[in-house]
Amino acid sequence: MNGENEENCFHCSLPVPKNTTYHVEIDGVEHAMCCPGCQAVAKAIVDGGLTSFYQYRTDTSPTARAAVPEVLQELTLYDKPELQRTFVSTDDKNVKQASLILEGIVCAACVWLNERHISALPGVIEFRVNYSSHRARVRWDDTQIHLSDILQAIVSIGYLAHPFDAGRQEEVYKKERSHALKRLAIAGLGAIQVMMLAVALYAGDYSGMDAGLEHFMRWISLLIATPVVFYSARSFFSSAWRDLKVRQLGMDVPVSLAIGLAYAASCWATITRSGEVYFDSVTMFTFFLLAGRFLEMGARQKAGQAAEELVKLLPAMATRITDGGDETIAVSELLTGDKVRIKPGDSVPADGVILEGRSSIDESLLTGESHPLAKTIDDKVIGGTVNIESPLVIEVQEVGEDTVLASIQRLLDRAQLEKPSIAKTADKVAAVFVGFLLVLVSLVAAWWWQHDPDQAFWIALSLLVVTCPCALSLATPAAMTAATGSLTRLGVLTTRGHALETLAKVTHVVLDKTGTLTQGRLALESIDVFSEIDKQQCINIAAALELGSEHPVAKVFLHEADVPNSIAAEEVEAIPGQGVTALIKGVRYRLGNACYVEGGVKAPFNHAGGAEQPKHATEIYLANEDQLLAVFYLSDELREQAAESVQALKALGKQVWLVSGDNEEAVSYIAGQVGIENTRYSMKPEDKLAVIHELQANGEIVAMIGDGVNDAPVLAAAQVSIAMGGGTQLAQASADMVLLSEHLPHLVDAIKMARRSVDIVHQNLAWALIYNVLALPLASMGYIAPWMAAIGMSASSLVVVLNALRLNKSVDT
Amino acid sequence: MEILYVLIPLGLLVLGVAIWGFIWAVKTGQFDDMEGPAHRILMDDDDIRIPTRNPEKTLHEQKSEKK
Repeated sequence: MNGENEENCFHCSLPVPKNTTYHVEIDGVEHAMCCPGCQAVAKAIVDGGLTSFYQYRTDTSPTARAAVPEVLQELTLYDKPELQRTFVSTDDKNVKQASLILEGIVCAACVWLNERHISALPGVIEFRVNYSSHRARVRWDDTQIHLSDILQAIVSIGYLAHPFDAGRQEEVYKKERSHALKRLAIAGLGAIQVMMLAVALYAGDYSGMDAGLEHFMRWISLLIATPVVFYSARSFFSSAWRDLKVRQLGMDVPVSLAIGLAYAASCWATITRSGEVYFDSVTMFTFFLLAGRFLEMGARQKAGQAAEELVKLLPAMATRITDGGDETIAVSELLTGDKVRIKPGDSVPADGVILEGRSSIDESLLTGESHPLAKTIDDKVIGGTVNIESPLVIEVQEVGEDTVLASIQRLLDRAQLEKPSIAKTADKVAAVFVGFLLVLVSLVAAWWWQHDPDQAFWIALSLLVVTCPCALSLATPAAMTAATGSLTRLGVLTTRGHALETLAKVTHVVLDKTGTLTQGRLALESIDVFSEIDKQQCINIAAALELGSEHPVAKVFLHEADVPNSIAAEEVEAIPGQGVTALIKGVRYRLGNACYVEGGVKAPFNHAGGAEQPKHATEIYLANEDQLLAVFYLSDELREQAAESVQALKALGKQVWLVSGDNEEAVSYIAGQVGIENTRYSMKPEDKLAVIHELQANGEIVAMIGDGVNDAPVLAAAQVSIAMGGGTQLAQASADMVLLSEHLPHLVDAIKMARRSVDIVHQNLAWALIYNVLALPLASMGYIAPWMAAIGMSASSLVVVLNALRLNKSVDT
Repeated sequence: MEILYVLIPLGLLVLGVAIWGFIWAVKTGQFDDMEGPAHRILMDDDDIRIPTRNPEKTLHEQKSEKK
């Protein structure tokens, strides 16, 4: 439970600012709230009779934004038929259906709260939230309730919902998933049944069995194995056929060969009442392989879903200024030349140029620049960036496909196509082995045909079975599945199959700065004071000046100030890109950049000789009308153990590079702190891409670690890429792995684990080959009875799987 | 052992039912969300149905008593 400490907001656990009196009575107890937003949300929850939410929740809720009437007004736009066309489907005459992406879901109680609250609205027929994907499906009666009412109800309990077009990818994923599940179930159930009969048959071989019964059991096994082979294993056959058409021998070729031939031979044996049957091996083998692929598909889909959430970067609505006043329209309706008003805190809807106003723009997601940039009339703004301080009017210059965001997406698509693939070891081995095997089997069969035609078929068959590349084809997936599992427990999610194998071979590790090596947010590094007012007092004054501001600098002071802060400011006035001024107990203070603050001080100010001054940091000045009080040095904090991780990477023999969109000073400072010699700064996404391509042209294998939208194309182009868990969805969607823990040492662990798993794969391959090489001559000479072949085949697979399971142990060894 | 000629086909029938059941479950979307239902079952709004010391009270009275 949260909230025992009355100084923290009961709803979101943030400290409650002093001199505020937001309270809500929950289950008979008064609880303090930090802001009107949280108060309204908590009140809505209590009024809805849903207070159990506070007992059930296992995580704190996100801070609720006050539901401004304009925001609610904006939601009514979703009722427009033109806008609804893309994401609403009509079931019946009045019954409509839509999919929503829910923001703010942190635990299962949130799902419960949303479902209870929304389902209770009159006119809502169904509202289901999928906890794994944070998607909701809503059906409602349009004559009783509108979509905007539903969205407003979600806002009122502190969550945000965006309608999205579920038609495209979602449906494809769902189909893929249900097909895979059905295939897996049939293979699994079939394998169990056939194995049961197989045990009876093996026992019968040993102690004697009624011939009729044996024949009957074989037929039943055949009956069960048939759907497993023709339905469950069909994907192997079709992809093997694809491989053959382009004259390649991938892993699916030997798999299909093994399944197909063992099944065909067993059928032949059953029909002619001769030889041995291998239905048990066929079904088990199919089941194990399908299980591995199902897990891989799940991880891939989860990452892919994230790509859809990119649409959230661009707002759905824009405020267009026309002769008849402001009107709110869908962003897709914007045209070049339109004048658009952008409120503070909103995203810029399209690329354009500022006509009126000045403000700071946060471009960190698109460019990697760590500080918001001051922009004024005639400056360009990019769609998807966030306006921080004050309202702007822009003229739209590029829309849709021509925007910077769209071009980054195109860059991403192209990079994905051009990604150099690393041939998988197992595939290479399999190609050679299968080619060799097929030649050998035909030679052996031909020889026996000459000398003993009766024996020829059975010898060729047992040769094929004994050399069945089961162990060979299980060698890699078994090891990879085990390694992926233990990495996931560490917080490293593997979304593409090749990632681990490539990671083990990496020569260069390229890191992004903002958000990857650093936290991606400013922190107070040091303070110089120039009067009798002490440091903490200065921070408190600064916090009072910045209270209520959305600027990243403000958050630093609010974070560092005493709670409760006893200072209150009046007549607060913010000058975008410059600073803020206000009265505190009759004294006028200024907080901001040197130029602005100096302008308000009577005495010329002398801050030379500041003891604490670090070189790279952003300087924020605080002064009253008489003199300079303090200089704050803010910088982007390094992640924990960043330096140790870089050293560990170097110790593993990797070259570490730092490639960032930020300026030279910031980059070289961070590089110096963590000990990276190779740096590149002021890089645009296409420059970063060029760096990667250059390294790749020299034959290097590059691992890219990043978090922003600007990193996405680079992540896609690198042979293996890792996105930070807190980074943008687009970055995660284009990465092969996601560092969910955001803990850099886990990156080192992942590389170590990758190396170990590749070692295990090599051991497995070696074992499978040795077994096959030993068995081959014996089988060719006709010394191996088919039942021995079956046991040998199962045992060799078992050894491979057990060896792979060693990867489940801890990572550090 | 002649009974096996009956029992094994019977087993096949059960297998068929199991496969049909599974496919039905997949089709009705029961595998769509593998995490949610595990939590959902623990959160039911049954507080007001839990008997209190005075069972004669109506649901509404119990609710207001809680406040």
